[in-house]
Amino acid sequence: MRYRFEVVVSLKPGLLDPQGKAVEGALPALGWTDVSGVRVGKHVELTVEAPDEEAARARVEEVARRLLSNPVIEDHRILRAEEVPGPDAAEPGRGAA
Amino acid sequence: MGRRPRVGVVTFPGSLDDRDALRAVRLLGGEGVPLWHAERDLRGVDAVILPGGFSYGDYLRTGAIARFAPVMEEVRRFAEAGGPVLGICNGFQILCEAGLLPGALARNASLRFVCRWVHVRVESTATPLTAELLPGEVLEVPVKHGEGRFLAGPEDLARIEGQGLVVFRYCGPGGELGDAWNPNGSAGHIAGVRNEAGNVVGLMPHPEHAVDPDLGPTGGQPLLASLLARALARV
Repeated sequence: MRYRFEVVVSLKPGLLDPQGKAVEGALPALGWTDVSGVRVGKHVELTVEAPDEEAARARVEEVARRLLSNPVIEDHRILRAEEVPGPDAAEPGRGAA
Repeated sequence: MGRRPRVGVVTFPGSLDDRDALRAVRLLGGEGVPLWHAERDLRGVDAVILPGGFSYGDYLRTGAIARFAPVMEEVRRFAEAGGPVLGICNGFQILCEAGLLPGALARNASLRFVCRWVHVRVESTATPLTAELLPGEVLEVPVKHGEGRFLAGPEDLARIEGQGLVVFRYCGPGGELGDAWNPNGSAGHIAGVRNEAGNVVGLMPHPEHAVDPDLGPTGGQPLLASLLARALARV
């Protein structure tokens, strides 16, 4: 089975996020004075082959902990997981080349 | 003095300061030995330098991909056997990602790339890089980085401070501490740290760019001279 995952990596709460701050600083200039608490992170999509979703999820956790994030300063979270067609089928985004 | 100390400098795809590091080693009387990221061979060197640059384009995080390079297995083995390992700038980031040094380097608080001369104060002399210096000694060296803000969780930071693992802090010309002297927002003005054994050191400033009096201040000279002397003494 193939599973498509979305993982988000973000700075741990409490750590200064200068990118988030810069984005937040730009908001009032555009008239949005009602928006705050901006934090910028990373969004990663990946496909895992595994016998079931539980095994796939365990693999993603491992990948996220050891490579996608630096656990010293970052947290990660799986946003979404869904079963996708096997490798024979066209992958989304790859077009019909 | 017998033979010259042999200092290996690793080149990763995207390393920039490998040549300067080799040249600095040579200027100070050592033999610079080029090492290649894809080879599992340290060529019998007495010390290893991971130089500055943007290995693997800084993709994902600085140093995140480089830590998996084949040569890093050997660097880890060398470090675990007590061999002197120095990480400069990107090399420091790689050592943190590899878990050979505590903490992590994040985007500068200012969000700006900083390129200027700074002063650092020697906090620990329990490393080959600082063994021949005095605690409190102030050195002028350059920084050039966008992601040099040293960070660690509260417990880690307390441990780093408590065990005296801070090797350098950013400071003023007289050794005074303050936010005005901190170029990137590092916790505790930390510019460099060591491992518990002391043989692995990393710092954001560039000693290898500060060894030639024709080119400016020479704050890097005593540091690399100490590394060379200690690398040989260990043999």
